[in-house]
Amino acid sequence: MHVAVIGAGVAGLASAVTLAERGARVILHERSASLGGEAASWLAGGMLAPFCESESADTAIIGPGLGGIAWWRDRVPDVTTGGTLVLAPPRDAAELDRFAARTKGAGSRLDAEGVAALEPQLGGRFRRGLHYPGEAHLDPRRAMEALAERFVSLGGAMRFSSAADPEMAEGDHVVDCRGIAAGAAGLRSVRGEMLILSSREVSLSRPVRLLHPRSPIYVVPRGGGRFMVGATMIESSDPGGVTLRSAVELMNAAYALHPAFAEAEVLEMRAGLRPAFADNLPRVTQAGRVVTLAGLYRHGFLLAPDCARKAADLILGPEEGPESETP
Amino acid sequence: MDIYGETFESRLMLGTARYPSPDVLKAAIAASGAQIVTVSLRRESAGERAGQAFWDIIRETGCRVLPNTAGCHSVSEAVTTAQMAREVFGTDWVKIEVIGDADTLQPDLFGLVEATRVLSEEGFKVLAYTTEDLVAADRLVEAGCRVLMPWGSPIGSARGLNNVYGLRAMRARFPDLTLIVDAGLGVPSHAAHAMELGYDGVLLSSAVALAGDPVGMAKGFRLAVEAGRLGFTSGPLAPRDMAEPSTPVLGLASFA
Repeated sequence: MHVAVIGAGVAGLASAVTLAERGARVILHERSASLGGEAASWLAGGMLAPFCESESADTAIIGPGLGGIAWWRDRVPDVTTGGTLVLAPPRDAAELDRFAARTKGAGSRLDAEGVAALEPQLGGRFRRGLHYPGEAHLDPRRAMEALAERFVSLGGAMRFSSAADPEMAEGDHVVDCRGIAAGAAGLRSVRGEMLILSSREVSLSRPVRLLHPRSPIYVVPRGGGRFMVGATMIESSDPGGVTLRSAVELMNAAYALHPAFAEAEVLEMRAGLRPAFADNLPRVTQAGRVVTLAGLYRHGFLLAPDCARKAADLILGPEEGPESETP
Repeated sequence: MDIYGETFESRLMLGTARYPSPDVLKAAIAASGAQIVTVSLRRESAGERAGQAFWDIIRETGCRVLPNTAGCHSVSEAVTTAQMAREVFGTDWVKIEVIGDADTLQPDLFGLVEATRVLSEEGFKVLAYTTEDLVAADRLVEAGCRVLMPWGSPIGSARGLNNVYGLRAMRARFPDLTLIVDAGLGVPSHAAHAMELGYDGVLLSSAVALAGDPVGMAKGFRLAVEAGRLGFTSGPLAPRDMAEPSTPVLGLASFA
């Protein structure tokens, strides 16, 4: 079975690896000259947080999301399973209660000592919090590189600077993972903006979400003193650079979390577009020999493994044996 | 409800931001019965056609669109945003917000009056997000505004009607003007209360969008707005200090 996968974002990489693991001969086409050149995934937070995301997302993501965490742990190094810490400034404490209620008790409540025990540097600054122990995070760029290496070691072929057309691509089947560029009906863009900071003073061991009534922000440690701060959610297909307002909001949140971020170096400040359908849930659809995987929204790393499995099932038939997950 | 000479059955306006998904937004609009929805131009649709997909979703609902200038902190920002909104949405309606305080999102009444004057002179039909201040209200009407939207309490605070006396006085001062309580409502009883005071309508946003079940909450508010309106129009009893028997006294035994 020969399969062409188009687009080497997280959806395409996960699909290519899954298909190759199940014996298909796969060629992965990427229009950029290098990994992540135009992929929304390259700018992702890398939080694998199905419970926290269910605060605003459909609870249908929880099961596939938990499966996603296991998938990543089995395939890439540095998947950290320290859970997620959710905090709010004292005057927005009501937001914590709201968040806890929306996530239906999946998080455990922390007092000041509990916060300090998890993140010593935040002890004394936050007296209440929530901890979601079943959640994880990874570095999206390292994870994508690790998947690409795994794909090649499984015999897959990577073609960069290759803007293949799904209708024209060679192979028995095609998996279209181009995201926004696929132009699927009903697919829209939700703009997101993010920062990468470098600080020698701040030390965090897990993603921290800082709740705020208007601009909830998260900070994800990337190791080596690097931190990703994200992300805005704007109904727009404008691919332009980060606006001053968004930059201020992101920076303010980081500063509110830990004043030492004031001295951090801003390494990156970028904007990207998340592809999303009207229900903000991904879809795997088939038309002839083309399987399209689209609409991962803000859950690319969380849900790509589940979508990749569904795409592979459509092409190769349902997986058999004890490893097969529940549908 | 009368908005610049147009009549609407529904007395509930709905914001469109911060829903879990566009599908939930559409279902909430349907459940609320709203015929008018507000759209923030400033961020959601900044730039030419950048928010086209979201705008298409709003248009599919069939609702009239009321663009707002949320997030504007100065007269010139508000005026520019209103002019952009007229281009993008093809309407001369605009809800003017000029924020004066970043923490309370309290309107800057001086800037609001000025922006209303400028935009009214340009032919806009202005709906002004204001406080219950009667002097500011007078100035807004002088500046050409025919729909005043006083706050119930600060935006997003879910505190309900903070100053019932002030809102009642405003209703009494402007008996013929369209008055809509905007901002600060949290639960349906808050909306019912505003309607019982004789307000023409309410505008809701986060109370519905951030509810655990936005569609259920939208329906709750629709029923509350109808209930409150009926309470106002049906001649409510005035409170009194002593009990008044509600069963007839006829035929009781007499021990005279």
